Amino acid sequence: MVDRLLGRGREPGHQAAPVPEAAAEDPRAAVWSRVQLARNIRRPRTLELLDAMTDEFIELHGDRLFADDAAIVAGLTRIDGVRFVVVGHQKGADTDENIRRNFGMPNPEGYRKGMRVMELAERYGLPVLTLIDTPGAFPGPGAEERGVAEAIARSIGLMSRLRTPIVTVITGEGGSGGALAIAVGDVVIAFENAVYSVISPEGCASILWRTADEAATAALAMRMSAADQLALGVVDRIVDEPGEGAHTDHVETGRRLRPVVAEALAALAAIPVDELVEARYQRYRAFGPYTEAPRPTPPSVERGGIAGRLRGILDAGRSLGVPVAGERKRGAEDAQEPEGV
Amino acid sequence: MPLKFPSFRPRREEYPADLWTKCPGCGDQLFNKQLDKTLRVCPSCGHHLRMSAQARIDHLLDPGSFQERDGGLTSVDPLGFVDQKPYPDRIVAAQVATGLRDAAVWGFATIEGTRVAIVLMDFGFMGGSMGAVVGEKVARAAEAALAERVPLVILSASGGARMQEGTLSLMQLAKTVAALERLREARVPFISVMSDPTTGGVFASYAALGDINLAEPNALIGFAGARVSAGTIAAELPPGFQRAEFLLDHGFVDRIVTRSELRSELAALLRFVRPAGVAAPDDNEADESLLSRPMSLLSALADRMIGEEPAPPAQAAAEAPASADPAASGDRIASAPAEGGPRDG
Repeated sequence: MVDRLLGRGREPGHQAAPVPEAAAEDPRAAVWSRVQLARNIRRPRTLELLDAMTDEFIELHGDRLFADDAAIVAGLTRIDGVRFVVVGHQKGADTDENIRRNFGMPNPEGYRKGMRVMELAERYGLPVLTLIDTPGAFPGPGAEERGVAEAIARSIGLMSRLRTPIVTVITGEGGSGGALAIAVGDVVIAFENAVYSVISPEGCASILWRTADEAATAALAMRMSAADQLALGVVDRIVDEPGEGAHTDHVETGRRLRPVVAEALAALAAIPVDELVEARYQRYRAFGPYTEAPRPTPPSVERGGIAGRLRGILDAGRSLGVPVAGERKRGAEDAQEPEGV
Repeated sequence: MPLKFPSFRPRREEYPADLWTKCPGCGDQLFNKQLDKTLRVCPSCGHHLRMSAQARIDHLLDPGSFQERDGGLTSVDPLGFVDQKPYPDRIVAAQVATGLRDAAVWGFATIEGTRVAIVLMDFGFMGGSMGAVVGEKVARAAEAALAERVPLVILSASGGARMQEGTLSLMQLAKTVAALERLREARVPFISVMSDPTTGGVFASYAALGDINLAEPNALIGFAGARVSAGTIAAELPPGFQRAEFLLDHGFVDRIVTRSELRSELAALLRFVRPAGVAAPDDNEADESLLSRPMSLLSALADRMIGEEPAPPAQAAAEAPASADPAASGDRIASAPAEGGPRDG
């Protein structure tokens, strides 16, 4: 129902995104040019986009616990007659602002502010728009001390059950858990040059290729471009950017996003809230393919004679397709470096 | 004529990997058979070494009580991911090394008689990383715990999300947390146990969200890798950064529990936090219900006679009757009259 209402997929007539000519041949260079566009310092952030696409914005500050985090902005906004709450990452447009906004890397306070404002939205029947553009949550010691992981987990949890519509737009960098923390939506939209990944391409390359120089290779392997994310179903819809990219024209970028957000909000408003929350649950519940083979039961090892017993033991192992647990290599638990992120 | 004895001095290079393990805490060479007897805790320095899912099952759960569910779930390669090795080859190599299908197993079991849904992660399988299979198992365990109204226990040992599945592994954070939110809404308890390591996307999702959070001593628990943190601030990190004790100091872990006490601690906690609508345990009722089951009574008596002597903590002695027969007492909880009424979790 949600799918139908929202007309998921690309708009008809969508053109393949323009990529620099040199990159057109090499898929690695193509995806890397997108990563660069997504990170462009002049790219419009939450405040610039709100300025270009909404008719009113009242910013709200603070998490009521510790501080106000400038890397996430939150507030009340309006498109025509539709009032809603917005939460979004905010990078700086120059070095000074970037330092003040921590390069768009939120501390736990940013997520807790977001949660506070989203709860306010739920309480007063306002839908929520979130705008995503972060390299990731801040990995500093202060963030760890104040529980950035807990803040991310709670924020994901709150959004998964929030009884009001949520529209999410990946506007630039969708950097891992720091992005997902405010990106659990009924509809997930992305700008055409946005990227979304489980770890930064540099981080992935330095772990799996043992050098950050392979970042472009990692970016390609992770299929982090908006188009790839659409194909994977992580993103529902793509919005084209003007000219050479969103950074070239903030006003036009906002003008293009405005009707898409308005349309999504209107479509979601028509869905009863119980159905909405259930559909959101199922949207995230369905992610990630796997196969499900019934585990074969090993045949009985009780056969006559020592040869029969040996054969029984060997066959049991073979039919499982994997060695029996006892064969586990000693020390494997401790030798290994963490492979996750 | 002096006798010449052959030298038995061990030479470091010659320790066979399958016989000895070097303690990461104090550097002592530990004999593996001995290490298994001490639950992989170093007898010299108390360091808690990593433990396989199977060893956890053997030590934490009532013997024979574990019934695995969804054992056939196997990872696929949704992105066609190739780094220095194709992802499917990595999966097969991990399966061969561990004998597991993926980095987590889940099932129903009893802990000192209390029935639980339990997820056990195994760091030996690709660093315990969470892809679609681990996420699916956690979500199914949470949904089954909700349906059957039994507490959920998750024992984490993971570096985080599995890079080879890209954003689909990132989505597992939302999948698992959404399922846990439903559990919480229904007031079915969830106890999170964090072992070394619990980092990245696993710590930033279900592991951080227990009604009660436990951690093993000195376990590495954090969001970003310590090297990332140090690089970001270009400074020395405080000692003990991202260790279990650091988390306890900053308020994100309820208790640090040594491995030898984990089982009894979980059992004790599970007697307090019970799914809403399930009767609270009646401490005086144990004898009565055991009388109606002669075999249980016998084993309970035997257990008491054997069990009382080496039980320095008061807790262990008090627990003896309940732990006598896991099946019987699990039964008892399910069929007990709801006189105490539910307690809030």
